[in-house]
Amino acid sequence: MPKLTLAEVEHVALLARLRLTEDEKHRMTEDLNVILDHFETLQQLNTDGISPTAHAIPMENVLREDATRPSLPREELLREAPEARDEFFVVPRIVDT
Amino acid sequence: MPELWELSATELRAAVGRGEVSCREVALAHLGRIELVDERVRAFVTVTEEEALAQADRWDAARARGEELPPLAGVPVALKDNMCTRGIRTTCASKVLGDWRPPYDATVTSLVREAGGVLVGKTNMDEFAMGSSTENSGLFPTSNPWDLERVPGGSSGGSAAAVASRMAPLALGSDTGGSIRQPGALCGVVGFKPTYGRVSRYGLVAYASSLDQIGPFARSVADAALLLRVIARPDPLDNTSAPVETPDYSAGLTGDVRGLRIGVPKEYCAEGVTGEVRGAVEAALDRYRELGAEVSETSTPHVEHALASYYLIAPAEASSNLARYDGVRYGFRAPGARDVVDMFQVSRDLGFGDEVKHRIMLGTYALSAGYYDAYYLKAMQVRTLVKQDLERCWERFDVLVTPTTPEVAFRKGEKLNDPMAMKLADVCTLPINLAGTCAVSIPCGFQNGLPIGLQIIGRPFEEGTVLRAAQAYEQTTDWHRRAPEL
Repeated sequence: MPKLTLAEVEHVALLARLRLTEDEKHRMTEDLNVILDHFETLQQLNTDGISPTAHAIPMENVLREDATRPSLPREELLREAPEARDEFFVVPRIVDT
Repeated sequence: MPELWELSATELRAAVGRGEVSCREVALAHLGRIELVDERVRAFVTVTEEEALAQADRWDAARARGEELPPLAGVPVALKDNMCTRGIRTTCASKVLGDWRPPYDATVTSLVREAGGVLVGKTNMDEFAMGSSTENSGLFPTSNPWDLERVPGGSSGGSAAAVASRMAPLALGSDTGGSIRQPGALCGVVGFKPTYGRVSRYGLVAYASSLDQIGPFARSVADAALLLRVIARPDPLDNTSAPVETPDYSAGLTGDVRGLRIGVPKEYCAEGVTGEVRGAVEAALDRYRELGAEVSETSTPHVEHALASYYLIAPAEASSNLARYDGVRYGFRAPGARDVVDMFQVSRDLGFGDEVKHRIMLGTYALSAGYYDAYYLKAMQVRTLVKQDLERCWERFDVLVTPTTPEVAFRKGEKLNDPMAMKLADVCTLPINLAGTCAVSIPCGFQNGLPIGLQIIGRPFEEGTVLRAAQAYEQTTDWHRRAPEL
């Protein structure tokens, strides 16, 4: 596999919603390449026809009664918010007016 | 007469039941012990003195009324700080959660409390359970009680250190790639990772959802069995919790392993495992032979690829799970953002520590367009091979025995600057998470005063067999009775 570049690190950081500092971007590029190099061995392993495992223990979909039940108290949840007003979470402006 | 904090959970529960000691005395003894030694060990993020005394008084009152007491009545329990406790801050050792007070209890928190367990505190960990030394805690590092210059292992290092240093007889941890068993081994205590689905994860802060599982720490197999029985039950609030019966694990501890078929997968004792660790494991296998078990070598050839598979799957799942920390509904928000995306990005960059950001980046990359097949899909295929290796073993063996870790506790800082070195600490434990099955680490010796761990692996949902094998060995040794000097 090709080396991970600084530009790719910047792109991935954007996808992950991380504002990395310049220093972090450089360190991250170096460290991730060390790790990915180590994982090169995987590419040499033939996995043709092997089905992937997402969950190790077989499970079936779980259904429950479609019944109403109390939800968590709104005041208690809003109390933990960095900023709240009335019944709402407050965030910086999203749409320009 | 031993101090109350020296007693096992089983002994404490019995003494409470006979009325020889009150739950309040037990709680105060452990709170006093925490006060005395935690300054040096630093296992606790939060000590819950009020909660502990209130719970203790509740069970003392119940006993005074002549009520039948539940299985953990008056027994102090510590919880890893990634398990939600209503109204009590739950940090995950991350600045991103800050002083977050959950509005609900994790299912394990409720089960422990209903069973009479007395919560003495929340324990330190690697941030979001990512790490093997508790040095990645966003708050402070924890020390190994056997040598304060060394790490306790991780990520559940606080829980392991709390139990080893007699600040609580029982604790819960979570294990995604070894985070219960590895610190259990390094601190010289019993650490049990149940089968995926055995214990509800409702209210456990998610790291890698196809791998995470909660399990007990204790200073004896009997105590671990006691706590496992309390927490192992199906939960309608966790759709991955398995609809299986909970056996009476304590009743299954017969000490009899005659005819038990033990497989020793040779790949686990390969490169990197020190001679001392290898010697201790071989001596334990000799002991099993003396006890009448049949021990033979076997092979799990794909173990060498398990580490790479794990370190693609776990970060991929983490990158998705940790997307929720956005500074909107709870936790940390960076001040002065220009707009909402800026707020997400800066809050996350300042809130998460280095290791967490590394794993988010690695996982996001492995899942991103163009790399999905080469990394994530490949890792899931290798996971199948690792799982099939173990399934083949179950045709011939009842349990498998390996070292828990390649070496004893390492020095603080020793592995911090090499991105691969720390990951190799989990090389013997993480295949078990990939396969979803159960395993325990128990003490099997010492090297220069530092504990060595023996890993016993069982078939899915056959925790009872693993516990029986562990206890049969334990009762022929005194490793688990040794205590660090603090």
